[in-house]
Amino acid sequence: MRATKYFVGAAFALLAGGMASSVKAQEIKIGEINSYSLLPAFTEPYRKGWQLAVEEINAAGGINGKKLVVISKDDGGKPADAQTAANELVSSEGVAMLAGTFLSNIGLAVSDFANQKKVFFLAAEPLTDAVTWSKGNKYTFRLRPSNYMQAAMLVEAAAKLPAKRWATIAPNYEYGQSAVAVFKKLMSEKRPDIQWVDEQWPPQGKIDAGPVVQAVAQANPEAILNVTFGADLVKLVREGNTRGLFKGREVVSFLTGEPEYLDPLKDETPEGWIVTGYPWYSIKTPEHDAFLKAYQAKYNDYPRLGSIVGYQTIKSAAAILAKAGSTDPEKLIAAAEGLSVGSPFGEITFRKIDHQSTLGAFVGKTALKDGKGVMVDSSYKKGADYLPSDAEVEKLRPKD
Amino acid sequence: MAFYVVQFLTGLASAASLFLVASGLSIIFGVTRIVNFAHGAFYMIGAYIAFTLTDRFSGAFGFWGGIVVAALAVALIGVLVEMVLLRRIYHVPELFQLLATFGLTLMVQDLVVLIWGPDDLVGRRAPGFKGAVDFFGQNIPSYDLFLIVLGPVVLGILWLLFQRTRWGVLVRAATQDRDMVAALGVNQKWLFTSVFAVGVFLAALGGALQIPRDAVHHAMDLRIIVEVFVVVVIGGLGSIVGAFVAAVLVSELNAFGILIFPKISIILVFLVMAVVLIVRPWGLFGRPEAPARRTPGLTVNPWRPLTSNERLAALAALVVAAALPLFAGNYALTVGSEIAIFVIFAVSLHFLMAVGGLASFGHAAYFGLGAYGVAFLAKMAGLPMIVCLLVGPLLGLAGAAVFGFFAVQLSGVYFAMLTLAFAQIVWSIAFQWVSVTGGDNGILGVWPSSWAASPSHFYWLALGVAALVTIALRIAVFSPFGYALRATRDSALRSEAIGINVKRMQWTAFVIAGTTAGIGGALFAYLKGSVFPDNLGISLSVDALVMVLLGGVETVSGAVIGAIVYKALNIWLVSQTDLSKLVLGAFIVLIVVVFPKGIVGMLEMLAQRRKGSSPPGSTLLAKPIGSAE
Repeated sequence: MRATKYFVGAAFALLAGGMASSVKAQEIKIGEINSYSLLPAFTEPYRKGWQLAVEEINAAGGINGKKLVVISKDDGGKPADAQTAANELVSSEGVAMLAGTFLSNIGLAVSDFANQKKVFFLAAEPLTDAVTWSKGNKYTFRLRPSNYMQAAMLVEAAAKLPAKRWATIAPNYEYGQSAVAVFKKLMSEKRPDIQWVDEQWPPQGKIDAGPVVQAVAQANPEAILNVTFGADLVKLVREGNTRGLFKGREVVSFLTGEPEYLDPLKDETPEGWIVTGYPWYSIKTPEHDAFLKAYQAKYNDYPRLGSIVGYQTIKSAAAILAKAGSTDPEKLIAAAEGLSVGSPFGEITFRKIDHQSTLGAFVGKTALKDGKGVMVDSSYKKGADYLPSDAEVEKLRPKD
Repeated sequence: MAFYVVQFLTGLASAASLFLVASGLSIIFGVTRIVNFAHGAFYMIGAYIAFTLTDRFSGAFGFWGGIVVAALAVALIGVLVEMVLLRRIYHVPELFQLLATFGLTLMVQDLVVLIWGPDDLVGRRAPGFKGAVDFFGQNIPSYDLFLIVLGPVVLGILWLLFQRTRWGVLVRAATQDRDMVAALGVNQKWLFTSVFAVGVFLAALGGALQIPRDAVHHAMDLRIIVEVFVVVVIGGLGSIVGAFVAAVLVSELNAFGILIFPKISIILVFLVMAVVLIVRPWGLFGRPEAPARRTPGLTVNPWRPLTSNERLAALAALVVAAALPLFAGNYALTVGSEIAIFVIFAVSLHFLMAVGGLASFGHAAYFGLGAYGVAFLAKMAGLPMIVCLLVGPLLGLAGAAVFGFFAVQLSGVYFAMLTLAFAQIVWSIAFQWVSVTGGDNGILGVWPSSWAASPSHFYWLALGVAALVTIALRIAVFSPFGYALRATRDSALRSEAIGINVKRMQWTAFVIAGTTAGIGGALFAYLKGSVFPDNLGISLSVDALVMVLLGGVETVSGAVIGAIVYKALNIWLVSQTDLSKLVLGAFIVLIVVVFPKGIVGMLEMLAQRRKGSSPPGSTLLAKPIGSAE
C-alpha cells in the first residue's frame, strides 16, 4: 500500500517535471527592466530596438531551437521598484536572465540583486563605472561604453584643443560627478598645463539655466565641458546661445550627439561641439545598413541610440544563451566571458576581466543642416581602445 | 559690476516665471484651502497646448495668441475639474483634496505622453524677443527683460483685482473667514470655481511662457510643483505679495549662491523655507491661521476600541495573512513583505495625522533614516541583523526628535511644509555626502541573515512586526496619552487650559511616529538589500499620505487598509500595464468621489447607518463648540 503511494507520487512528480521541461523546451525567457514611464524619450526607441531583435532571433529559429520571449517591466525610475520587478521576473516568471536598466543607481540595485540571488544580469545602459569596477560582481555584465570610456574618447579630442582654461557644467548626481571627475583626471594627465576655472552643478532636471550660463561666462573659460542632457541641455543651449556663452569657446559634451538629445534642439543646435553620439545617417557599414533597413522597415522611423542599445542587449543576451546551451547562471557567465558577437557597430567582445563589452561610440562635431542638428566628421571609437590596462582594472574591481 | 547687475536681472527673470505659477497656487489655497497638487499638471498642460498652438499658427499673433488661448483653454479644464470633482469633496476633511489632485497629476503624466509623444519638444522663440541686449559687455536675453516686466505687471493686475473689484473683496473675505462669507449669503460655489479658474489660468500661463526658454516634456509638473509650494509657504499662504517677494528671494539667492557653492541649487529653497518658518512661523507675509472650525475628531463617531468580535475578526485576518506562505510563491511573499512594511510606514503617519492632527509631508525622512541606520550598522560596523533591526530605527528616532521639536511649534500646512523641508534637507545630505552614504548610488549589499533570508521567513518577520506596531499604536490611541493627544488635536486652547502641555504631547507623538516609520525603513533596507536616497524622497512621503487618506484619516486604523490597497494595486499595475499611472490616478479619483471619507471611513459610516444611530448629531454638536474659540 505504502509502496503504491510512493509509486503514484513518483509518477506524478515525473509527469509534472516532464510537463515543465516540455514548456521549457519551447521557450527561453529573458526578464527586461527599464524606466519606461520615467524616460520615454529614451526607452520607447529602446523598446522598439529589442522588439526588433526578438523578431529577428525567432525568425532565424530562436535560441538553439527554442523560442525567445522577453518579459518587460517598468521600474518607474526607482531602485526599490526595479528590485520588485526583478524579483517578479526571477521568482514568478522564471526568466533565464535579467537585462536592461537605464539609470546608474537602478543598474547597481539590480546588479546587487543579481549577485545576491545568483542570477545573470546584462546591464544595458547604466554608465557608472561602479557597475563593472568598484561594485562589480561576477553575475553582472554591461553593454554600453562606461563613463570612463566615453570620457577617454572625448579627452582624446579635447586634449588637442589649444584651450587652457576649462569650466564644467554637469548635473548634480553620480553620473555627472563621475563624468567630470574622470574627464578632469584624464585631461590633466595629458595636458598638465590646463586650469579648471569654474564648475557648475545644477540639479538634474531642474537647471536654472540663466544664472548658470552667466556664472560660467563670468569665469571666462576658453573651453567648456558639458554633461547635462535632455531638457536641461535644451535650456542650457538656449540660454547659452542667447547670452553668447558658446561664442569663441570650444565645447566638449557627453552624449549630445545622440538623436534623443540632439534632435529636440532643431535649429538651435550649437555648431562645432565635440560630442559622443550616434550619427545613424552617416554610418556606412554593412552591419549598420542591415540594422537600419530592418528598423526602418518595421517602424517607419529612424533609430535613436536607445534603439541600438535595446537591439544589441537582446542580441547579446541571445548569443550568450545560445553559446551556454543552458540557463544555468554559472554556465551563462562562462559563456559570456570573452564572447564576441556582431553588432550594428561591428563586432564587440564581453571582456573576461571586468565584464564590460567593447561596444564603442561615435565622436564627432555638431553641425546644423537644413534646420536640424547633425553630427559631422564623426568616427567610431572602439571601446577596447579606451579602457585602462588590465593591471589597473584588477585594482579597481573587487575579487569575486 | 556689470556682471552682478546682469546676474541680478537673470535672477529676477527666474523669479517672474516662478511667481506666475506660485501666485495661482497661493490664490487657490488661500480661498479654497485645497492643497492643489495638480497645479504643476496644469502648468505642464499649458506648456503642451501652447506648444501645439504656437507651432501651428505662425507669426507674432500666432505666438502670443497661442499662449493666451492655451492658458484660457487650461483654465476651462480647471473649471471642469473643479465642478465635476472638487465640488464634491469640499466638505470632507482637509487634505483629502490633495488625494484627488494627486490622482489627476498621475493621470496627466501618462496622458501627455499618449497625446504628444515621448520626445522632448522645443517650441519656437518669442517673436520680437529672440536676441539679447548688450549691457556693458554682458548679454541679457530680451525675453528675460520681458519676464522681468511681466512679473510685477501681473502682480499689479492681481492687486487691482483683489483690492478694487467686488469679486476681489469677496475672495479676500473668503481667504480670511470662509464660514462668515457663506453666512453672509455669498454663493461660495461660484466664488470657488472662479478662484480656481484664475489660479489655473496663471499656472497655465506660467507654463506657456516657458516655451521660448525650456523644453516641453512630461516631467515638467514635478519639477515645478514642490518648488512653487515652497515659494507660496515662504511668502505666507494666500499672500500674493508674499509669493512675489519669496520668488525673488529664492531666485536671487540661487543666482548668487551658485557663484560660491555651485551645488547649492539642489537644496536651497528648502533651506530658505526651514529658516523662514522657524523664524516666522506663518511665512514672510502670512497671518496666523484662524483656528480650524471643523476638527476631524468631532465630525466622526467617537473612537472606541475594537469589540471582542472585531478583535476576533482582526485576529482571523492576521492568521489568514500568516498562512500565505503555505500556498503562495516567492514573489507573492516578497510583495507581501513589502506591503507589510508599508503598513508599518502608513500607520506611523496615520498616528501622527489622525490622532495628533499633524499632517507631515516629509514622513519618508524617518523611514529612510531607519533604513540608513541599518545600512550603516550592517555595512560599517558589521553588526548582525537582529541588532541592526533594533538599533537602526533609533536614527529615525533621533531625526524625529530634532526635527519634530521645531516642527511642532507650527501648525497646519506650515507644519506640513516644515516637515517637508527637513525631509529634503536629510535627502540632500544622503544625496551629496557621497563618501558616507554613497550618494545616489546608495549603499548596497544589506541582505538579511540566513535565518530571515527565505521569502517566507522574511514575510513572517515583516507581518509580525507590522501587527505588533499596529497593535501598539492602537493601545497608545486609547491610553491616557492618546486621549490627551486627541484633546490637543481637537482644541489646542482648551487642552492647554486644563493643563496639557500641547507642544510636548505633539512632540512625543512626532517621535513615536518617526521611530515607527524608522522600524519600517529598517525592514525595508533588508527586504531590498540596499538603501538609496529615494527612501527619503518626496514621492515616498506622498505615497504615505495617499495611503493614509485612502484608508480614511478619521479612522483609528484605516491606514492599514489604505496601505494594502494602494501598494498592492501599485505593484500589480506597474507589472501589468505601461499606463499604470493613468489607471492608478483614475482609481484614486474614483475612490475620492465614491468614498469621500476613505475606504475604511466609508465602511464605518455604512456600518453605522445600518445600526441606525445618527452621526449628524455629533456634527451639530461640533459647530457651536468650534465657534466658541
